[in-house]
Amino acid sequence: MADENNGKNGKVGLVDRVKDDIQAMKVDIPAKAKEQIEGLKDPTKTQVYTSIFRHKHDDTPRNRALGVLSNVFLHLHPAKINRDAVRYSYTWGMGGITFLLFIILTYTGVLLMFYYHPTKVQAFRDVLYLEHDVPFGKILRNMHRWAAHLMVIAVELHMFRVFLTGSYKKPREFNWNIGVLLLVFTLLLSFTGYLLPDDQLGFWAVTVGTNMARATPLLGHEGPFGHQLGMTPYNDVRFGLLGGSIVDANALLRSYIWHCIGIPIVASVLMIVHFWRVRKDGGISGPAQVMLPEEADKPRRGPKAAGE
Amino acid sequence: MDWRQLWEICSAPDNVPIVGMVPLLIFYIYLAFKQAHANDQLIAQLETDPAMAKTHHRKTWPFKQGWQKEVHVWPFLLRIEFLAAIIVTIVLMVWSITLNAPLEEPANPNLTMNPAKAPWYFLGLQEMLVYFDPWIAGVVMPTMIIIGLMVIPYIDTNPLGSGYYTWKQRRFSISTFLFGFVILWVSMILIGTFIRGPGWQWFWPGQTWDHNRLIYEVNRDLPDIFGITSNLGKGVFGAFVVGGYYLIGGFVVYSMFRRFMAKDFKRMSLLQFSITQFLLLTMVALPLKMGIRLLWHIKYVWITPWFNI
Repeated sequence: MADENNGKNGKVGLVDRVKDDIQAMKVDIPAKAKEQIEGLKDPTKTQVYTSIFRHKHDDTPRNRALGVLSNVFLHLHPAKINRDAVRYSYTWGMGGITFLLFIILTYTGVLLMFYYHPTKVQAFRDVLYLEHDVPFGKILRNMHRWAAHLMVIAVELHMFRVFLTGSYKKPREFNWNIGVLLLVFTLLLSFTGYLLPDDQLGFWAVTVGTNMARATPLLGHEGPFGHQLGMTPYNDVRFGLLGGSIVDANALLRSYIWHCIGIPIVASVLMIVHFWRVRKDGGISGPAQVMLPEEADKPRRGPKAAGE
Repeated sequence: MDWRQLWEICSAPDNVPIVGMVPLLIFYIYLAFKQAHANDQLIAQLETDPAMAKTHHRKTWPFKQGWQKEVHVWPFLLRIEFLAAIIVTIVLMVWSITLNAPLEEPANPNLTMNPAKAPWYFLGLQEMLVYFDPWIAGVVMPTMIIIGLMVIPYIDTNPLGSGYYTWKQRRFSISTFLFGFVILWVSMILIGTFIRGPGWQWFWPGQTWDHNRLIYEVNRDLPDIFGITSNLGKGVFGAFVVGGYYLIGGFVVYSMFRRFMAKDFKRMSLLQFSITQFLLLTMVALPLKMGIRLLWHIKYVWITPWFNI
């Protein structure tokens, strides 16, 4: 404050500095604002945009390819594909639909987990609560249930298609095996979820299902040679599945953990391998060029002869 | 005709997927065989015309000189995937709005459901319980199905029909798979869902479920018919019958392969062929056992102190 009137001494006073700054600001800010507006007219040139999207979006073949290759989700796909492979009649889209349903199930399943306690006291009440009080709880549960059934159907139809097109043949033998395991895990996922509402339907279905485990040869107490190996209802394979000799609280908890954590993790890992191998085994199997019987035992002319 | 009963079964929420699956499966079988037929015609045409076989693009889809053989995934595949995702989501939404997931009374171990049914996709196995002991129907069969599916790529030595629909080039493998999938797996599920009622008894569609119905049925064992009474005799007899089935059956499979599928047989190693024989015979044993049970009321073929078959 003391310097305020010191302008006479040849020094620039604070007031003048401020005046000068204001003068400069009147020029600078409108200039920058103009620049900013110009820049916003083409958002694809902003740093934020270019940091997210690594390539231009002009409709060129290069950009179409990059759109797939530089995207972590889309890069499951090759950049280009056999022109007939996009036809619905060949693949029926069942593998993709299965994967979509798995994603829907994960999504609805996580939401359901917020409202569900895997205990004998609360499980059934939680389902009633979901049905009657939780906003959109009923449609959430319905979607989870029907998506699960649809997924079983889609998986079976996918396997059916893969068989009918001979897509398990060389070099895709291993991936067919991964697929069979995924089918089994899909059924197990659905089955473990069946018990969770803790109603009569689930209880008796799981009772019937796990009673079969009593009869496991060697490892079940009612199975062939189980008795001779010292199997009882309290130490056999069924006991291990249920965490007890009857379907009760432990069975509910076990099936919850298998359903929500155990099997989804294993199935996800197998899915990664499955998709990876689809690409590594040469992409989708067809529609390939038909082979004539007399060519069957001749060596192939090259990788392209298979159906590119 | 009890329409109400029929409607109750068909409209049970968990049965709706099966009602939907049947037309879906029929449609896809039709779609597959339509394309197989077209490909078979093309193959026949190319076989008679070697000049054409050298120049033809070898697909039933149109192709002209100068067309790109490959198309960009973006947008040509991704738009289809996007569309499929939207359609499936809409179908699922509509389904979830119109039909509620089932919820019965709270679980009660003292009140047995009759019939107590497994989830629909396991009903084929539950149906097998009628004809086999649980250790076969519930444990050995599923294991064999999984192993059988897994070995398919390693025992199918036919290089033809890879990547396209065909019937004529793969008659045996396709008819075997159709038999296993449609006849054994799907139709057993249908029986388990729509036919089996209280006490797991057979009720025709539209027949009222009678919870007090009794069926007087005396089942016999195969050794009884031959008058074998001693335990040792029964065990030895059963071993001979089952062993004989696999031996004679194996020979029949061999002679069929030699005659009708000479090329495939030539490509197979002994291990591949014997696994094929075993799995094929085991699969056929299923309807055979059902047949002798339904026709002659025979329960067990092989009786031992440890297990019965």
